[in-house]
Amino acid sequence: MSHRSFVWLCLLPLAAVTVAFFLLPMARLVVTGAEGPQGLAGYLAILTEPRYRATLLNTVLLATATTIVTLIVATVAGMFLQRHRFPGRAILIAMLTFPLAFPGVVVGFMIILLAGRQGLIGDFSNRVLGEKLVFAYSIYGLFLGYLYFSIPRVILTIMAAVQKLDTGLEEAARSLGASPWAVQRDVVLPALAPAFVASGAIAFATAMGAFGTAFTLATNIDVLPMLIYTEFTLAANFSVSAALSVGLGIITWLILALARSFSGSAVAAAG
Amino acid sequence: MRDRLIFIGQFIFTLLVAGFLVVPAILSISAGVTVNYFRGIQSGVTLQWVAQVWELYAGTILLSFVVAFATLAATLVTGVPAAYALHVRGGRLSRIVEEIITLPLAIPGLAIALALLLTYGGFGDFRRSWLFILVGHVIFTMPFMVRSVMAVFATVDIKTLDEGAASLGASPWRRFRDVIVPNALPGILAGSLMVVTLSLGEFNLTWMLHTPLTKTLPIGLADSYASMRLEVASAYTLIFFVMIIPLLVAMQLFAEKEQKR
Repeated sequence: MSHRSFVWLCLLPLAAVTVAFFLLPMARLVVTGAEGPQGLAGYLAILTEPRYRATLLNTVLLATATTIVTLIVATVAGMFLQRHRFPGRAILIAMLTFPLAFPGVVVGFMIILLAGRQGLIGDFSNRVLGEKLVFAYSIYGLFLGYLYFSIPRVILTIMAAVQKLDTGLEEAARSLGASPWAVQRDVVLPALAPAFVASGAIAFATAMGAFGTAFTLATNIDVLPMLIYTEFTLAANFSVSAALSVGLGIITWLILALARSFSGSAVAAAG
Repeated sequence: MRDRLIFIGQFIFTLLVAGFLVVPAILSISAGVTVNYFRGIQSGVTLQWVAQVWELYAGTILLSFVVAFATLAATLVTGVPAAYALHVRGGRLSRIVEEIITLPLAIPGLAIALALLLTYGGFGDFRRSWLFILVGHVIFTMPFMVRSVMAVFATVDIKTLDEGAASLGASPWRRFRDVIVPNALPGILAGSLMVVTLSLGEFNLTWMLHTPLTKTLPIGLADSYASMRLEVASAYTLIFFVMIIPLLVAMQLFAEKEQKR
């Protein structure tokens, strides 16, 4: 057998699996999206139908809030951990990154333990304020859950970026009389911009498509993955759920592709 | 003095964030072995909830391992040769193939699961078997295997080794077995850890693809969160932690070793 045909043979199993179980089904999904009573216009329903539009807006707002807060929290903590050496630092880093592999459902349960009916926050507020704070199943609980799985991902990227910063630039700025705040604003933060874009895009795309956490917490909240799920299983509305999931897939893919063209490295969303 | 204050402020902030992530996990672990969580740990320590979870959900734990190792086998058999072919061939086509197999990372699992259901849902026997879940897991984890093997190929000059063996008269298959695979081993190991970890915890696809008779661990977890008392749900989560944390630690150690090389 020639080398050339051996190389093709090596590629064959992957090609077969990918075509049969990914490309073909995705094509079917796209076709199904246009098979509803409205035909191709079914794809516009996500924008024209008020209920779907409100859900889309809700999801985008939630994902945006998650991204912004995660970036702020991860930058403060990541910069601190990368710039200082102190006893217990390794443990602190391990604590901040271990939820990386938690499935969305487990993250949901963590939020129930914090803010659910038997949760820590409710218990605490009951003792201090005499009133039980329970918000695990509201949009605030969902927001907390999204923060929970975004922070570890983003912190790792930020720490890697801070490590690569040229500290000489900061010293130069300082020796020229810049205040610590000005150094942060004019030197450090701009240099971290690619990391913000890359990790922010992952956080955003993950929050847009997160199903497990929403499934555990958001029985009453309209977010896009839950809408797709209920349209498919409860309403058996295949064309709408197909069109919505194609729309969602395009949004997350576009955001990650944009981020990749900015930062030059591959990024992934899961959860 | 001012630096000291900033340091302390940042330290407390980081500590709070770490607490936010760790405290619920600790609560969950302690609740899983507490007689009555409402009354607290004073009510006594017990393994009855863990035993109850085992009674109710042992099947899901077993199936999760079956699916995870079948996924690993499938990604090894298809992913490792493909990574070699993509690296050796290079060029535009390889980039496009790599791009396509990486797509499942950017598309929510829910969409992929719907696509599989719409296409193969009608094949009753396939739909009802755990192989349906396996297919989803293979598609979802494949990019991790292929990319981690390709990353190794990029650092060792595999083309020269391959050509050297070829000039000595080794057949393509022999070269693959005796030269390519041994050199790719670090990537294969890292990819394998990733594939097993992801498969064990996969929920988004699995929830859509499972049937009442093919429940994996995360499906059982969701089930217990919705319908069981907090202690049972916690004990179940505890079992999941016990399964997943050694894999995470191994992955971390492996990454550190690779960095030092």
